[in-house]
Amino acid sequence: MATPVKVYGPPMSTAVSRVLACLLEKDVNFQLIPVDMSKGEHKKPDYLKIQPFGQVPSFQDESISLFESRAICRYVSEKYANQGNKRLYSTNPLEKASIEQWVEAEGQSFNPPSSALVFQLAFAPRMKLKQDMGVIKQSEEKLNKVLDVYEQRLGESRFLAGDEFTLADLSHLPNTQYLVSVTDKGEMFTKRKNVGRWWSEISGRDSWKKVVDLQKPQPPKSA
Amino acid sequence: MTRLHTSDEDHGNDKNATESNLWSPSELFINTQAPELSFSSPLKISIFVSSSSRSSVMAVLEVYGAPLSTAMMRALAALYEKELDFKLVPVDMKAGQHKSEAFLALNPFGQVPAFKDGDLKLFESRAITGYIAHQHASKGTQLVSLDPKKMAILSVWMEVEAHQFDPHASKLCFEQVFKKMFGMTTDPAVVEELEGKLGKVLDVYEARLTVSNYMSGDCFGLADLHHLPALHYLQGTSSKKLFDSRPHVCAWVADITARPAWGKVIALHQS
Repeated sequence: MATPVKVYGPPMSTAVSRVLACLLEKDVNFQLIPVDMSKGEHKKPDYLKIQPFGQVPSFQDESISLFESRAICRYVSEKYANQGNKRLYSTNPLEKASIEQWVEAEGQSFNPPSSALVFQLAFAPRMKLKQDMGVIKQSEEKLNKVLDVYEQRLGESRFLAGDEFTLADLSHLPNTQYLVSVTDKGEMFTKRKNVGRWWSEISGRDSWKKVVDLQKPQPPKSA
Repeated sequence: MTRLHTSDEDHGNDKNATESNLWSPSELFINTQAPELSFSSPLKISIFVSSSSRSSVMAVLEVYGAPLSTAMMRALAALYEKELDFKLVPVDMKAGQHKSEAFLALNPFGQVPAFKDGDLKLFESRAITGYIAHQHASKGTQLVSLDPKKMAILSVWMEVEAHQFDPHASKLCFEQVFKKMFGMTTDPAVVEELEGKLGKVLDVYEARLTVSNYMSGDCFGLADLHHLPALHYLQGTSSKKLFDSRPHVCAWVADITARPAWGKVIALHQS
């Protein structure tokens, strides 16, 4: 049995959960290594050696050390192309181009406003930080425009890049999960017919349900 | 699935390429005016005509946008590095052409660039460059790696450009360059804040470029190329000091902005 790969970071981090979703889709065994961000562990010299920006996740297997969740997902999907969900990151150039287009759309158009909302509405209260109403309003407006484009796209296509669930859809799971389950902005997704249908499908996948479980506070392990 | 007609079918991806490939290029030089930029440098369009019995006309690569746009420049840089023939289709953003139905059919987000290769339509400049780099791996400059580990490292630093560098760099470009173009005033407090954030990213770059000639390794690749548009604009502003004060970053910027293919992108800015 292959040595489990290592993922550093808390599963409640959206970027960490993106990688976990991919590993589960590809049936890759992993070891989740905690990084205590409340104690600043991610900014200590030892951690900065593997992630120079002091962020989570980072990733190691027997041959390589990586960071940036979308880069890790691409690497995992290609290395384990022949196991788990084989359609996650197609090797066909035209299909891959479409997947990359929507992964970029997620990263450039969806992620900025959605992660701002996740921070303001889900994390800031927990961290006892003051919410910025201006940022919330602006982010909501931007995200609504993006979701209008998604509504149109998902009326033409079952998933973002085509007929199959791919990395492009997977990339959206972490932020949307928070918005739908712990904020009052979930309606942005559920009130749109096609986006709502798509969210239901992608969040209902076994792999994502396992990630959501991992994000729950874990009972202390017995010795 | 539509089969792509590419200009280099002898790279072996296409099984029909084992037949004799006798392509005779006929090149047309066409003068084109871009409405809002009024530049009249000739656009070279090459149409390759097969002399085999199939006689299929090759699809021309088309990139839609305005040459001043940073994202457009990113796509153009890749096309020139790969020495590909393409048609630049101007999009008049002042007239709102990027929000027209015809353009939205190419990019539903109403942003430039958009790209076509035969029936394939793409948007997002980094998806376009990735497609071009892989599809035409045997032409021009090698911009990606076929080695999985090297490609993974390249992918890391491409994500770094997209998520660590560009958010601050593009806002700084807007503040320092584009606001002036639109008759607005630069806000020095915003510039200072953005320079602080970008400086921290460049500290990581300085450490990286101390151990590596280019962002992802020994050779120039997409991870470097993606930085060019913002670097070009910021080098013409007071923010240049961020690069000048970091010796390895400074040398890297000088190196990559001096590339001939990049010079061709900048030449499009001359009217």
